[in-house]
Amino acid sequence: MRYLFYPGCSAEGSALEYKTSTVAIFSALGVELQELQDWTCCGASVAAVKSGLLGLALPARSLALAEAAAPGEDLLVICSACYTNFRRTSAEAKDPAVLRQINRALEVEGLVYRNTVRARHVLDVLANDVGASVIGARVRRPLAGLTVAPYYGCQTVRPHSPFDDPQAPVSMVAIIEALGAAAHRHSHEALCCGTSLSITKPELGLKLVAAVLDAAGVAGCAATVCPMCHTNLDSYQRQVGQMLGHRVRLPIMHLTQLIGLAFGLSPRQLLLERHLVPVKPVLDRLETPIPHEG
Amino acid sequence: MTLTDPGRDPDFLELRDGYGPDVRRCMQCGTCTASCPASSAMDLTPRRMWRLVQLGFVDEVLQSKTMWLCSLCYLCQVRCPRGIRLTDLITRLKEMALARGLVSSPQSAGFYEAFAAVMRQYGRMREVEFMARYLLTSNRLRAVGYAPLGLSLLRHGKIRLEVPSFKEQGRLDRLFRRVAEVEAEG
Repeated sequence: MRYLFYPGCSAEGSALEYKTSTVAIFSALGVELQELQDWTCCGASVAAVKSGLLGLALPARSLALAEAAAPGEDLLVICSACYTNFRRTSAEAKDPAVLRQINRALEVEGLVYRNTVRARHVLDVLANDVGASVIGARVRRPLAGLTVAPYYGCQTVRPHSPFDDPQAPVSMVAIIEALGAAAHRHSHEALCCGTSLSITKPELGLKLVAAVLDAAGVAGCAATVCPMCHTNLDSYQRQVGQMLGHRVRLPIMHLTQLIGLAFGLSPRQLLLERHLVPVKPVLDRLETPIPHEG
Repeated sequence: MTLTDPGRDPDFLELRDGYGPDVRRCMQCGTCTASCPASSAMDLTPRRMWRLVQLGFVDEVLQSKTMWLCSLCYLCQVRCPRGIRLTDLITRLKEMALARGLVSSPQSAGFYEAFAAVMRQYGRMREVEFMARYLLTSNRLRAVGYAPLGLSLLRHGKIRLEVPSFKEQGRLDRLFRRVAEVEAEG
């Protein structure tokens, strides 16, 4: 198995540990990842607001690079917002008139987008290409004793995602169980983390974060598959605690970090020390505790 | 309230019936409002806003806060029994409001401007420079409030300070300019 890899901007900055742990577990699984050269921003939620065509041309630029770099290979994406932008672009470009406009814009980059490459979410690849049983077979240090609350967020599963139910997804459950942990199913698995509202409308953004943390709260940690979800859930717990009038302290793990831990990778290899909410309680909860240097 | 004649506003007409199923198919069931995690903070709930779109009250819609509170969670869109692309249409509404200078929320306008400027300059997001530009242009008072979180993110290595580049040629200048040309040519 081989994939082209589009890390996305967050994974180069605030969510570097997400990229690092993704590369580490795919290497442990013997799946080759080749980072797309010269990739640029997918446009986030911003480009399409500046102009409809810009919102298509930016994702198409990286998709066209992928088609040229490795024809026929899928593009692995770890950010749900990037994923949605790539899938949206592909869906819109089925209209030949739209595809023509995109390519008129891409001319200046010397690129042609043919709408042949498929963007695949890392959760889709882990659940459906690799599979829970292969992941389970690679486990060296089962996460027995740990309860994990899956958190999919929004754009991982809707509106363009073909691999799971857009409102009641289940892909993470079999993976969490294959790691030896238990899954804590809850009401907010696919409800919103607030995305940029935490920046533009903090009062509302914090409420949305609080609702997710509250629903996931009895678990030992929550597992995310998007850097934006991770940042929102991990970074604002102090403010959420102030708002609610009680302490909130739920470790938030990238799913790839949990898989890495179960594969026997060290906390340092998975950059666990980068989280604002310490993950030590997660490591202490395991039946075979993991020494934590960070 | 002012009623816009859809015939005189082609952007509005395109929004209403040129982008997936026509908004006039909306039967006002309210599933969008019930599904929206932000509806309680909106001046127009999603159901009311779509009714105003149907009727042609363009300015009222574009000046409302509603679209700026949407986090693009797509719950209303996947639940809409009429299959209307509600969330995608919100993006089109934001585009219209921004282009017409009718943005009711300076924070939101500043967010889009700062993000687009950094994207155009570097081709990729630079989180610290983006936040600095955003806070300085639209939200100065709040900058102070962000200091503790910023320091804590720095301490954990979640963010790093980078020297801004003042090169005249941005990495995506060419593409941004070309997109504007193509859109102008139609």
